[in-house]
Amino acid sequence: MTVEAWLRAAIADAEERRLPELKPLLEALAKATTALRQSSVTGLPSSVSGYQSSVGGHQSLETGRQS
Amino acid sequence: MTIEEFGRRLRAREITSADIVEQCLDRIHTENPRLNAFIHVMGDEARQRARQADEELAAGRDRGPLHGVPLSVKDLIDIRGVPTTAASRVREGHIAERDAPAIAHLVEAGAVFIGKTNLHEFAFGTTNEDSAYGPSHNPHDRARSPGGSSGGSAASVAAGMALATIGTDTGGSVRIPAAACGIVGLKPSLGEISTAGVVPLSHTFDHVGPLTQTVADAALTYHALLGDPAAAVPAPMPVAGVRLAVPRPYFCDLLDDEVRERFEEALERLRAMGVRIDDIEIPHAADVAPIYLHIQLADASAYHAATLEAMPERYTEAVRLRLEMGRYVLAEDYVRALAGRDALVREVDAALAQHDALVLPSLAIPAPLIGATTVQIAGTSQPVRNVMLRLTQLFNVTGHPAISIPAGLTQRGLPCGVQLVGRRGQTDALLRVALASEALIRG
Repeated sequence: MTVEAWLRAAIADAEERRLPELKPLLEALAKATTALRQSSVTGLPSSVSGYQSSVGGHQSLETGRQS
Repeated sequence: MTIEEFGRRLRAREITSADIVEQCLDRIHTENPRLNAFIHVMGDEARQRARQADEELAAGRDRGPLHGVPLSVKDLIDIRGVPTTAASRVREGHIAERDAPAIAHLVEAGAVFIGKTNLHEFAFGTTNEDSAYGPSHNPHDRARSPGGSSGGSAASVAAGMALATIGTDTGGSVRIPAAACGIVGLKPSLGEISTAGVVPLSHTFDHVGPLTQTVADAALTYHALLGDPAAAVPAPMPVAGVRLAVPRPYFCDLLDDEVRERFEEALERLRAMGVRIDDIEIPHAADVAPIYLHIQLADASAYHAATLEAMPERYTEAVRLRLEMGRYVLAEDYVRALAGRDALVREVDAALAQHDALVLPSLAIPAPLIGATTVQIAGTSQPVRNVMLRLTQLFNVTGHPAISIPAGLTQRGLPCGVQLVGRRGQTDALLRVALASEALIRG
């Protein structure tokens, strides 16, 4: 599944579950997923069908305040 | 009073455990309304256990360096007969049936538990702002976060309400609040200290570790947590023989100016005493955030899936939404992240092959204002949430031991921290480097 297709499906599912406020988080996760798929660190074939957001920059990948 | 000083004076009969426990409880009485560091104060239990510790010592039974020492414990870790709230209404009514193994080791070491401390709900954050019990505050500036997620723990030690505390660290939750509050925080090697009886955030990355006033106290508490309560502080490594590596790319790219100044000053003091310091690069360090995110989110969401369905209204809004986000991580991306993790382990191992430890700042900014969403770094506006984990999470992903040591203050009087990272499975060796370096890092 491409990141774009995943994101469309995820946002649609979140809206169906009455969680529209998830959309910006899912968009941020899509950017992180794109970075992950494009990174050579995984040693796996690069999947370059990345989500192209208008919100650029690597820093915005760090979406969580998780510790 | 440090644990070492407490031990000396206790055994010299200058103080009793009961005296110091009472002093801590008095301090909690005056400071906790200001700092909100404790969720549950265990006054009666602490007094009883302190009397028992004093009686044992008088009768000739000395359990070791933590005998009679008043400790606070992050309210994510089970103490038998006491609620473990995880700072969440989801856990209402929970009472722990048994001690977590790490707590059982501390009981055997003679420690006295003075209370359970506040945290970011379910340890899922680095500012301590999202808690069912309200935010904790930084003792250095009440308007600021103590860091997190072990923020109440760090505040309890920095404000003299406990001699040391036990926290957990999944992406930096011991080292971040230690740096923000000006104390020492140790994340041991992955898997060394049992996480059973600890409400999980990520079973892949969770660690238990102490926050203390000194490196020596961290060593004593670490050994007690391991079940080795009689262990003494290890000998410091000879300073002039220490070899450190600074991984500047990524780790020094985005730092508050004063954090950078305190870090460079610490390096100069170390060099002046004969420590060899080399600049190195960890090739894929900048890729750590998405790797961490995909594993940690998947772990956390799997644990919370049932309660997200059953009682979503009991979570704080921000934590609930991030947990919901994790339910959308694809299996193929989780597997990619695991593969990336393996590569990062090899890269950090390689970075340490010729050095005793890595040295880098612990936290890119001083403690942020409570409620702030952005912070100024080197003339640019950055989201607070993006910078808090930046320097710590790699070593949760790789499992290397890491310790944060205070490294001076900003002009506003806010603490900065320097982090040392050791080889996997060699926490004691890291502690020997930290003991050798501590005074020079503090300045």
